[in-house]
Amino acid sequence: MNTPAELKYTKSHEWVKMEGSEATIGLSDFAQNALGDLVFVNLPEVGDAVTAGEVFADVESVKAVSDVYCPVSGEVAEINEELLDDPAKINEAPYDAWFIKVKNVGDTEELMTADEYEKHCENE
Amino acid sequence: MGRYVPNTKEEQLKMLNEIGYKDFDDLFSVIPDSVRLKDLDLPAGKSELEVSRIISEMAAKNKQYKAIYRGAGAYDHYIPSIVKQITSKEEFVTAYTPYQAEISQGVLQSIFEYQTAICQLTGMDVSNASVYDGGTAAAEACAMCKDRKHSTVYVSETTDPKVVSVIKTYCFGSNTEVKMVPAKNGLTDMDEAAKMMTEGAACLYIQQPNYYGQIEDAHKAADVAHNIGAKLIMGVNPVSLAIMETPREAGADIAVGEGQPLGLPIAFGGPYIGFMACVSDMMRKIPGRIVGETTDDAGNRAFVLTLQAREQHIRREKSSSNICSNEALCAMTVSVYLAAVGRDGLETVANACASKAHYLQKELEKIGLKKKFDGEFFHEFVTTSSAPADKILAALDNKGILGGLKLSDNEILWCATEKNTKASMDEVVATVKEVCA
Amino acid sequence: MKLIYEIGEEGRKLDLFPELDVEKYELKANKRNVELHLPHVSEQELSRHFTNLAKRTHGVNDGFYPLGSCTMKYNPKIDEEMAVLPGFTNVHPLAPVESVEGCLEVMETLQERLCKIAGMDAMTLQPAAGAHGEFTGLLLIKAYHESRNDKARTKIIVPDSAHGTNPASAVMAGFEVINIPSDDKGCVDLDGLRNAVGPDTAGLMLTNPNTVGVFDKNILEITKIVHEAGGLCYYDGANLNAVMGQCRPGDMGFDVLHINLHKTFATPHGGGGPGSGPVGCKEFLAKFLPGFTAVKSANGFDKKYADNTIGNLRTMAGNFLVMVKALTYITTLGKEGIKEASSNAVLNANYMRVKLSKTYHMAYPVTCMHEFVMTLEEEHKNINVSAMDIAKSMLDYGIHPPTMYFPLIVHEALMVEPTETETKEEMDHVINVLKEIHEKAEKDPEYVRSAPHTTVINRPDEVGAARNPIVAFKF
Repeated sequence: MNTPAELKYTKSHEWVKMEGSEATIGLSDFAQNALGDLVFVNLPEVGDAVTAGEVFADVESVKAVSDVYCPVSGEVAEINEELLDDPAKINEAPYDAWFIKVKNVGDTEELMTADEYEKHCENE
Repeated sequence: MGRYVPNTKEEQLKMLNEIGYKDFDDLFSVIPDSVRLKDLDLPAGKSELEVSRIISEMAAKNKQYKAIYRGAGAYDHYIPSIVKQITSKEEFVTAYTPYQAEISQGVLQSIFEYQTAICQLTGMDVSNASVYDGGTAAAEACAMCKDRKHSTVYVSETTDPKVVSVIKTYCFGSNTEVKMVPAKNGLTDMDEAAKMMTEGAACLYIQQPNYYGQIEDAHKAADVAHNIGAKLIMGVNPVSLAIMETPREAGADIAVGEGQPLGLPIAFGGPYIGFMACVSDMMRKIPGRIVGETTDDAGNRAFVLTLQAREQHIRREKSSSNICSNEALCAMTVSVYLAAVGRDGLETVANACASKAHYLQKELEKIGLKKKFDGEFFHEFVTTSSAPADKILAALDNKGILGGLKLSDNEILWCATEKNTKASMDEVVATVKEVCA
Repeated sequence: MKLIYEIGEEGRKLDLFPELDVEKYELKANKRNVELHLPHVSEQELSRHFTNLAKRTHGVNDGFYPLGSCTMKYNPKIDEEMAVLPGFTNVHPLAPVESVEGCLEVMETLQERLCKIAGMDAMTLQPAAGAHGEFTGLLLIKAYHESRNDKARTKIIVPDSAHGTNPASAVMAGFEVINIPSDDKGCVDLDGLRNAVGPDTAGLMLTNPNTVGVFDKNILEITKIVHEAGGLCYYDGANLNAVMGQCRPGDMGFDVLHINLHKTFATPHGGGGPGSGPVGCKEFLAKFLPGFTAVKSANGFDKKYADNTIGNLRTMAGNFLVMVKALTYITTLGKEGIKEASSNAVLNANYMRVKLSKTYHMAYPVTCMHEFVMTLEEEHKNINVSAMDIAKSMLDYGIHPPTMYFPLIVHEALMVEPTETETKEEMDHVINVLKEIHEKAEKDPEYVRSAPHTTVINRPDEVGAARNPIVAFKF
């Protein structure tokens, strides 16, 4: 399992990279592995408000759909349109395959360090 | 009593005992006595001969007309013999939805071929495996156009009122506002549509040819809808598409319609089939089953149900529609019909419909039944007459002819298809002439 | 295999239509400008193409088809013969009422008999499938609350074991879905239900027997809880084959239900339709019914439109020819036959359940109704053989697999519904096959994991199909 130390993680398996008041968000390696081959991702639109702890996207495998939760509150500044055409990128390189960038970050979910997250995954 | 339980009473009892139950009462003791039914109030079962007699007698009570000049949503076309033969094959008739692709390639491929045919007819990129009928296709198409920013559905008043009713009923469910765009001279009033449609419009629905048989200015409708950021849905007659421009050429985003004219009997209203096709951008919004081409592990061509994560069995309350069973065997019927007639045959049918309808209209005009609208029409038209519609239709009925549909006291909506011969149309005209004299 | 578009030659065709006997009319405008590609084949090629497709299709007539919750019983031939009588197929749906007496008689008789079987007072035959019926029934519930100006009732309660159509239908009808967990027997958790109901409850959707094949003994208590909270009870008739003639949803406290004619009443599934999903209700909901119902009149039969109708769920009367098949079936079976069918559906399911329970783990080891659920959770954990692998292995024996991975509350689920029309010998054979597959899975799991080995294709690449959808042939 790959869990880069410079990122923070949520219990629901999203990763987040904080830079000032901006956050970049994606799905962890553990999550992509558990979900299997992803075939589609639904993303919000630029300008949408997102709320910490609430669903902002979902990912589809052939026979399942899973919600993706937002670790932070704020406004969607950018979405990764590449994923819409090639969701396989989430499986291939989960930490390059960011979903959205959020600006004006307010509240955040309880976040874990890489070590804490690895322990959390062991108990899943 | 007829029965399809193969095991004899003795075998049944033996099986019960073998697995530890005394009798059926013992087996059914899991149902509390308080809800056990004492006596089912139905007639006793019957032998096949008796049943055949009873049901055939019901069929015999219906009047079979020697010619039909009524359309209005159900069209009496010739069904080639091979269509009925192929679609009666037991494998096709008795299979379930093709969940197990390895033993369902036949059904899956036939749906893929159907989807291809619908894309060809409509000019669209994506077709689903069918919905229940033209009305539900229209309603589902309206739902496809809704999102957070677009919620109001606009429907032209020149649409078949039965289809409008289905759209309104579905929208009652989803709490969606439906606004009717008025008609002018039997056509959608596009200027009025442009005025009515404001920010938040989800779609404009028009029927082509419309309920009165008139050919709408679909390009204008597309402009009106797109100018305000809404989608254009066209409800189309599939036979007309052999000679008329495709919804895609006209600028529509979604094409839907009643597939019954393509090989299905009128059969008192069903089973029919609703076809739905759209541009590729809307692929993930289209409801229902979709078959896709892929390969198996060994590289063989294979067909599967695809994009399933849109659907209710996976997305549950988040799916856009609840549809699962559709009209698969009717889709196969359409597919076989289109293969049997081919491009040239469908053109022949479409041209025959238009030509005969125009012949009938001209002949009726000669005896005083005026055309209500001036626009070009395909195979349906409305007449106004001084003689009451009821009287005209009753006279035809007496001759074994089902005349057009009465729209008001003096207005009739007529339809002609390739099945109506010149001789029969001349009889219609002669009969109407007597009434009008 | 080639597509119909890839065979034949330009110019090949069937000779179907005569020369035009009137002057040809040319469209003045709006002509088609893009080419229309349709097949160009002779009748023989067309016929053979579909015969080949038929050979690649497994229907009930090809062998055992225990697809749980789908009731794949034998489809009687007389039903098909009655449905193609020209007296039915040539009737225009908008023909005058006096010319369609026979069609209305079919409908009126079927409505009445379905009411008797379901314990309901009124019935609409308009819905075209089960899910369509659910939507209809929920609109009746919505119209009822609105008619009483009870606008707060916006929630529909659905157990987590429900068919996916239930929550999807509730949302289409504008309701919010409240999922409640099942208890350890797969039944409704009464306390959970009590906590969930309230002044915002529009209704409950339930199937009984439930989706794990167990009859919920608390059914009267369940419907009472919902009624006392002011909600209505909706019965999902998917499993009616287990109880027809034994007990009636109307007597269990349900107010509205749908029936799947293509499951319970032996009309064939056609590879995914046409079905028919009549909706029955108690008298107080009848005034909201859609379309028309057929009624007896002084001279025969007539159409009746409800006063406060919700509208129309589709154009026309419904899937009429499917109604003809169902009526033929019900007329054939009659009161004893209906009960005998459900009795044997339950007997056959329990026979297989008991005989298989030494080899397979039953999710709920109790007397089942018409179907039962096995779980492959342990096999999956211990030998990495999944429910899917077992299912795919069955294909090599010419047996259609059970429903896989449903209900969602059971892991690695296989749901088996043999139906009443299978012989003891056939079931014994399938039981032996399932035991043999289990043995194989233990000895040579890789063989089972790579099944099927004898079908026209092996496992298809579904991921590729979904990532790069090819949904029509490109010319």
